[in-house]
Amino acid sequence: VAPHVSREHIEVYRFSLPVAIGIPLLAIFFQAFVPVRFPFFSYFDLPLLVTIFFAVARRSQVTGLLTGGLIGLAQDSLTHHPIGLYGIAKTVVGYGASSLGVKLDVENPTSRILVTFGFYLLHQLVYFAVAGGLVQESISWRWGHELVAGLANALLAVVLFALLDRFRQRT
Amino acid sequence: VEIISRHRNLTILLVVLFAQILGLAAQVRRPTDGGSVRLVRLWAVTAVTPLENAVVGAARWVAHVWSDYLYLRNVRTQNQQLRDELQRLRLEQVRLAEDASQARRLQALLDFKEQFISQTLAAQVISTTGSDFSRGLYLDKGARDGVKPDMPVITPQGIVGKIYRVYPHSSLVLVINDPSSGAGVILERSRLQGILQGTAAGETVLQNIMSDESVQPGDKVLTSGGDRIYPKGLPVGVVTKVGPGRDLFLNIRVRPAARLDRLEEVLVITHVEERAPAAEEANGPVRASDILAQRLPSVPQKPADDQDARNTAPVTGKPAAPGNPAALPNNSANKDTPR
Repeated sequence: VAPHVSREHIEVYRFSLPVAIGIPLLAIFFQAFVPVRFPFFSYFDLPLLVTIFFAVARRSQVTGLLTGGLIGLAQDSLTHHPIGLYGIAKTVVGYGASSLGVKLDVENPTSRILVTFGFYLLHQLVYFAVAGGLVQESISWRWGHELVAGLANALLAVVLFALLDRFRQRT
Repeated sequence: VEIISRHRNLTILLVVLFAQILGLAAQVRRPTDGGSVRLVRLWAVTAVTPLENAVVGAARWVAHVWSDYLYLRNVRTQNQQLRDELQRLRLEQVRLAEDASQARRLQALLDFKEQFISQTLAAQVISTTGSDFSRGLYLDKGARDGVKPDMPVITPQGIVGKIYRVYPHSSLVLVINDPSSGAGVILERSRLQGILQGTAAGETVLQNIMSDESVQPGDKVLTSGGDRIYPKGLPVGVVTKVGPGRDLFLNIRVRPAARLDRLEEVLVITHVEERAPAAEEANGPVRASDILAQRLPSVPQKPADDQDARNTAPVTGKPAAPGNPAALPNNSANKDTPR
């Protein structure tokens, strides 16, 4: 993980309203649409990557958890499961990613891979805990699948975050 | 108060999580969508589906122009192959018609009730649920097109799932490989009945078959009609692996007949008629394969001389006997319909 940096050297970014609303909506759209033509795309979780990106860039815990929560709830509403499963998981990730962004430099590709991989696993763990424990959904944890999907998402995050960096505005 | 203000962010996190857990509890306690939940889903689906419809429509138009007007390589060869296939199928049709006729006479004697697919609606798959935990598909047809919950969704190859939730212009299909889905099925060879269920990995398994029964890889699986959702006799898939399962049951994996990961067009069965067959009916109800042939654009029109051949076998066009799956309409649909 990248070394600890002093607070003075950490950049805090903001985003224009169209970007802040449009990119999460686009992520949800692609997440639902692309697997129809390319089934392997279901390994990725674009809304999660967008949640991590916004949370780390803004470095605000409240904004991070609210952004994650809203993105998760929108994702939930497309599934047949009760609304709140993705919402809770992404709320936790949004809070955690913004907390990490305050303390660590997560700008370089290596740290982005590690951070995304870690938060992907955290997201899945929270989802499984809530879906299996509270809602009694019939799901089962598959280590192989989760690790491969975590790695795939981490690699995609490097490319995606580099693209999304263009929309950042310095505060 | 001081602790809360000192840990303001953590407090907000806990409040947001608690609110969502309360919302979950309310939904679990009352499984049918309440007004507010329904509204949230409606907003999200309404926001996403028009864009998906537009993209799918544009892609179809480009594909249509390319495949129908530009890329016509090997079309002559393929046409000849299809003609040969048609001749072969005509011969087979005569044989099957005799079997079907005999089966109908037996059914009439035994006062069996048959299910006829009397109405279907062609729909385009526009998106998935976007989640590995929820295997569902969105169709471009909804309540305004007559779609209702629990209607079966099929392709010429086999069953896909059932309508789970309906919106004005779209609907959500719960696919058979979702862990929460289930379908009553029967093995074609041994006539054993079981329940087809999905797994977390997106596979389909056959449940409730005792370990002392004979099930082999390659056995065909059909709908049994016992679930009151799927009409009897539709193709479901093929057994790929049989092994010992939990307790006294077999662990049977089934490969779905429909390509669930590459669906573009499907049929929603909007009406199923149930009645006793008449042994001497000349123009019986339309078979599932005929409906599929009419609705799917990829099926070529039958030439005029096909009608003559049909006249030689007047019983063709009637449904097959429930006890004779070799002559079931969907089997012929499987062969007739090039994809």
